[in-house]
Amino acid sequence: MNNMLYAVAVLGGTGIVFGVLLALASKYFAIESDPRVETIREILPGANCGACGYAGCTNYAEAVVEGKAPLNACIPGGSQCAREIAAVMGQSVEEVAPLAAVVFCIGDREKAAERFIYHGIEDCAEAEKYCGGAKACPYGCLGLGNCVRACPFEAISMGAHGLPLVDLDKCNGCGLCREACPRKIIQILPKSEAGHLVLCNSHDRGKSVSRACTVGCTACRICVKACPREAIAIENNLAVIDLERCDDCGECAKACPQGTIHPRRRVAEQSRARVG
Amino acid sequence: MEKLLALIFVYIFVENFVLMRFFGICPFLGVSRKMETAVGMSMAVIFVMTISTLVTWLLYTYLLEPFNLLYLQIVAFILVIASLVQLVETVLRKISPTLYQGLGIYLPLITTNCAVLAVALLAVQEEYSLLESLVFAISAAVGFSLALIIMAGIRERLELANVPKAFQGTAITLITAGILSLAFMGFKGMLSI
Repeated sequence: MNNMLYAVAVLGGTGIVFGVLLALASKYFAIESDPRVETIREILPGANCGACGYAGCTNYAEAVVEGKAPLNACIPGGSQCAREIAAVMGQSVEEVAPLAAVVFCIGDREKAAERFIYHGIEDCAEAEKYCGGAKACPYGCLGLGNCVRACPFEAISMGAHGLPLVDLDKCNGCGLCREACPRKIIQILPKSEAGHLVLCNSHDRGKSVSRACTVGCTACRICVKACPREAIAIENNLAVIDLERCDDCGECAKACPQGTIHPRRRVAEQSRARVG
Repeated sequence: MEKLLALIFVYIFVENFVLMRFFGICPFLGVSRKMETAVGMSMAVIFVMTISTLVTWLLYTYLLEPFNLLYLQIVAFILVIASLVQLVETVLRKISPTLYQGLGIYLPLITTNCAVLAVALLAVQEEYSLLESLVFAISAAVGFSLALIIMAGIRERLELANVPKAFQGTAITLITAGILSLAFMGFKGMLSI
């Protein structure tokens, strides 16, 4: 009998002591947390993509409440999300323009020459380390899909000819693919289908470009002369179109001897058709 | 002194908790994917094992043994470990947010780790003194960390290795763990307590 009493007393006693300790600890060591953090975290998409510059959605929510982060830093959430956060914080916010990723290379396996057959690890960064990758063009897409793997929204897929395709409906311009690409071929641009783009990333001289790829920009300046609005400039052996000046007249695309310039509308249509 | 040194060597290498005694296999496979998390988990295990062994040893020697309640050992130890971890977590969050952030999710996770309970049980079963128990707990935890960190290093390399399809994922991890365990058998018999 006594034995049983001892057992109950010892175990119960230990339990009570720890219970009281825990209760005291939670009282004296309580941390005041702002309920707004939880509300904002629920508004956020919860992908923890890191596009805002914080480690995850919770960290961003904390930074917003502390006033350290801008209300519209969440790129996947877009303006809808920014408005809701602003409502919680009691502030107003300017609109966020939606963004999307654009792959600045159209030299697929058929159009761009390869120097050797690469049998290594399926990873662009690893291939780049091995003699600069198989592509003859040192700026072109290696096609091993680091961007595909980096995308948390499954917006990028690898096309049949070894170039990534961006699904504009799923892409929200978080920029993780741009970070993942060892050659920085992907750029984040405003999500619009207006304007033309020079889909090449090569800063090599014309001669080496045309040797490596049939659709590369050789910086021949024909488009510069063709453009009626002076929106095109050659920067470091590569034609660049100023999208703010471009009025989508299409003269450059018609004039380009290499076929490097494409209207954004067609790029979007093609990727839609192939992702379909 | 000699016994303490022997304890350290034996429980880090010869009787490594993960690779020779097979305690704590779940975190060993679960958090060994990245070096960063492996180090976090290791620190948390060292911390919790030491504190819980200290308290369970006191509980055993001054309450359970005098009252003849040895059959309550496991229940009482689990009670102590669980509440202790909770307590430490609450206190840590207030007084040292940096350490709390560093240990992160691993602190509450290892409450239910069998390695922690095993250290507490073995310490009293082997009739170690308080100092010996503490040294035993720290060495066992360091042995656990050693196994975890070696594994994390190997797995980070495995990520880039060309593993045959049938062996990808858990399969190659288990094979690696097995080979690692075989390697640790080399210490067998070098020293015993």
